Parts: sequence; structure tokens; C-alpha cells
Amino acid sequence: MTPTPSVPIFRAIAERAVLVEFGISLDQAAHDAVLRMDKALVANPCLGFREAVPAFVNLLVEFDPLTTDHPAVIDHLRSLLSAQPKVHKPSAEREVLVCYEGSPDLNAVAQQTGLSPEAVINAHLSGDYAVFMYGFAPGYAYLGGVPEAIRLDRKPAPVRNIPAGSVMIAGAQCLVTTLVMPTGWWIIGRSPTPILTQNPARPFLFDVGDKVRFRRISPAEYEAAL
Amino acid sequence: MTDATLSVSFAGPHVTIQDAGRPGLMRYGVPASGPMDRSSFRLANAALGNTADHPGIEVSLGGLTLQCLSGAVTLALAGGGFIAETPNRTLGTWNIFTLKAGETLTIRPGPWGSWTYLAFAGNLQAKQWLGSGATHGSSGFGGGKLTTGQSLTITNAQTRPDREGRISCPVWARPRHVLRCTLGPQDRFFDAETLTTFTTARFEMTDAFDRMGLRLRGPALVPVEALSIPSEPILRGSVQVSGDGTATVLLSDHQTTGGYPKIATVISYDLDSFVQCRPRDAVAFQTIPPQQAIETTRQRASRFAAFEDRIRQR
Repeated sequence: MTPTPSVPIFRAIAERAVLVEFGISLDQAAHDAVLRMDKALVANPCLGFREAVPAFVNLLVEFDPLTTDHPAVIDHLRSLLSAQPKVHKPSAEREVLVCYEGSPDLNAVAQQTGLSPEAVINAHLSGDYAVFMYGFAPGYAYLGGVPEAIRLDRKPAPVRNIPAGSVMIAGAQCLVTTLVMPTGWWIIGRSPTPILTQNPARPFLFDVGDKVRFRRISPAEYEAAL
Repeated sequence: MTDATLSVSFAGPHVTIQDAGRPGLMRYGVPASGPMDRSSFRLANAALGNTADHPGIEVSLGGLTLQCLSGAVTLALAGGGFIAETPNRTLGTWNIFTLKAGETLTIRPGPWGSWTYLAFAGNLQAKQWLGSGATHGSSGFGGGKLTTGQSLTITNAQTRPDREGRISCPVWARPRHVLRCTLGPQDRFFDAETLTTFTTARFEMTDAFDRMGLRLRGPALVPVEALSIPSEPILRGSVQVSGDGTATVLLSDHQTTGGYPKIATVISYDLDSFVQCRPRDAVAFQTIPPQQAIETTRQRASRFAAFEDRIRQR
């Protein structure tokens, strides 16, 4: 059986979670269904609700096993599916500053795509990005929407000690790093925009589903913004 | 109201400040962190009458030596079978004792267990991140890893001679070698033979472990389709299988999403006693239906609550 956005599969996990699958491959309709159920669940949580984790094509729902169980949670999630989708406000658009000059992989990406470095930059700036999910490390937001022309497979081996604030791409995804980490992605820029904001009221710049736009800044503006 | 100051004379790797953790932020890539053995951590705090989210120190097999520079504070040590060299005598874990200015406490591995917890009659000052002092290992955010030479402050430090002495170690706090789990959520990527292997074979704990996860050695559990599945959310306790068939059990500081198939998920309580196993110990997986996982958890939770109450009232 293959899950679809309208007929998802509910999988019971351990004593405390349900995974709702809306598709099996990267698919916008399945992702939209994830975001719809996530919003509906936040607005109307089930008994014993602990947290929900949206990803590309599935939503994890964790609950308190002392107050509810899998069948009750699945019933509730199913009722959210058939509920009329409420009119919801359009996704927020967030701006991320990026300085491309001096980035380690800009020339390599240009070479592999047959573009000039400037054309790689313009292609990256032209993308319509959206936050598909967080993962890997705190604040690592996976942005979908890298234009076709600059989509590359990952490097064969990860490179260590990539600084926080690196703007990197792999396939259709773009990511702004928040920690020093190894990565096999292509680093085409650096950003002074904090994703971990240090603001207790809003500790992360993005919510899953937000639109993102990159704005180019010069090396001098980068230094000034740090 | 007085402070106690402790100096870290020695701290092994993976010795961190923890509290009950920061649940609710996995959607931002942040796992709950908190103690590897949450039951023992709770009992250490309960032994001093503390709340369950009171910050304490998680001590690994690497050990820890603290020197009290000023003040005095009563401590509870619970979790594993470690050795505590206190000023007056050598004790095992599951004890409450007091450390005074000029005295040194050394905690080192004993006959069993991989993690032990030091709780304080007072407030251990811990750097907060997102509302919790729990250390997230790979970033170091939160209270942080302890390093040699560092000093620790305990505000409102109290001595509680009334509470000193042994705490009983519940049988369920001991290492558990049979892990109850539910199959999946990605068991469909394994054929019937591999699933049988998973539930019948013995696996061995390796020394490839940290607060993110623990790799097992055993028969290869090679997925039938090594296709790239879109990254999915991960729960603590997921048994993740890499392309070559190696299983890793994901723990406190796990990544929140990942694209490797998860063959099974271990129930929460069994993880607490699983992490007390040591490298080269044998473990096996026992699959149970989700409803049984819930029933087991409810029974265990009421036993735990009764035990915790007794310890708190001592």
C-alpha cells in the first residue's frame, strides 16, 4: 500500500508515537499535507499531545502513553484530515543575507555546472526557497528550491570544520549552518543572519513552511553585519 | 543561604551537566538531551527531595574528581555501580554523603554500569539554553561538558545529615540485555529473513558510543532496497540501520531526522537500563505490539512513582 496526501499511512511507534506518512518520495503535495496536518494539530491537539515533528513527507506525533494510546491518537489525526481546512495566513517570508565572495566552493560549482561564478550567484539568488524541515543539528533548516541549473550531488567525502554561517547547497536543497560541522555539501556563501536568534521569544529564525529569500551583500557589509 | 564552590580536578570525556532535558523542540532540530539513564537521574534528585528537573552531573566511565573549595553540600549518587572515594571512606553508587571545604570526591567506574548521576542539595549553576541546563553534546549548548580546572557553584548549598546513608538500588535500574521494541517504522525495507535475524540474533555493544547513539556489532541487517528515503523524523530509541547493515541505537542527543531506515524502536524505560550495559555486553531485541508497549510502560511508571516517593520521603 502506498500512502497518498489524502490517504496517509499511520504507523504506531514504541509506546509513545505515531508516524503519519503522506508519500514515499519527495513530493510537494505530500509535503503540503504534512504542513496542513501539523497546523491542524497545533490548533487542535490530541489528548496527551507532546510534540509534532514535520519532515518532507511525514509527520511524527509524540504523545504521553500514560494518558492516551496509539488508536486514540490515530483517530484524532484522522479526524483532522477530514476537517475542513481552515483559512490560514500565508507563510511568513524570511530574508537571509549572503556574501558569496571568497567562498570555498563557488568556483568548483561554476566549473561543474558550466556557469560563470556570477551566474551561479544569480541562480542561487533567483530560487524560491521554503523551509521543508529541520534536522541534523539544532537550527539546521533544510530549504527546498535550489534552481535546476546549480543542482549538484554531494561531494564524495565530507569536509571537516565548516564554520557556522556557511551557505551551502546539495541537490535541490540549501542550508545555512549554525554550528561548526563536517559536510559534503557545496559552500557557496557565508551569512551573518543568525538562525539561532538568541531571542527567547523566538529562538529560531524560521518555522517549517516559511518562505525564504536570499539577499546579496558585499564583503564589507558582511563584516559590518557580524 | 550559602554557596559551595567545587573545582573540577579531573573530568573524563562525556561528563556533562544535565537536567530533565528540553523536550518539544525536535521540530527545530533540537533533541531533548537530558540524562542517558533518566530513571537513575530522577532517583538521585528524589533522594535529596529535589524536583525531577533539578540540574546535576552525568558521569561517564571516564570518571570525575571534584574538590570542594568552599562551603559544604550534601550529594546523592545514583545510577550504575560506580565507586565514590569520599573523604571518610569508599562508597558505592546509591549513597548520600556530604562534601566539605578542603575535601575531594573521586567517582570512578565500579563493578557495573556506564553512567552515574550526582545530584546536589542546592542549585548547581548551569548555563541555560532554550529553557534548560541540559548539555547538548555535539554543540556544547546548555550547562556544558565539564573540563579539568573549571569551577562549579552551588547556590543555597545545604548539608542534610538526616538524609545521609544508603539508597536502595531498584532491580530495574540494573543493565538490561533484552530490549523490548516495536518493529518499524521502516521495517518494510527489510526482508523476512533479516527481520527474523534481528529478533533472534545476539548483538554486542561496541565502544563506538556517545550521547547521540550506540553502535552494535552483529549480523548485517542489510536493507532490501538501499534506496534513498526522504529524511524522516527520529525518536530516541530508534534502531537505525546504515547501508552496510550496521545497527545503531539512537540516544539522548540523537539527530532529529535522518534518511536511514529504522528497523525498530526501543521503549523508553528499556533505554535507561540499556545504556548501563558496557562495551562487549550482549544484547538482544524482543519485538512487542504497540499496545503491549503501552501497558508495560504504564505498569513500570506506577512502580517507578511508588519507588521515587519512598526515596523522596526518607
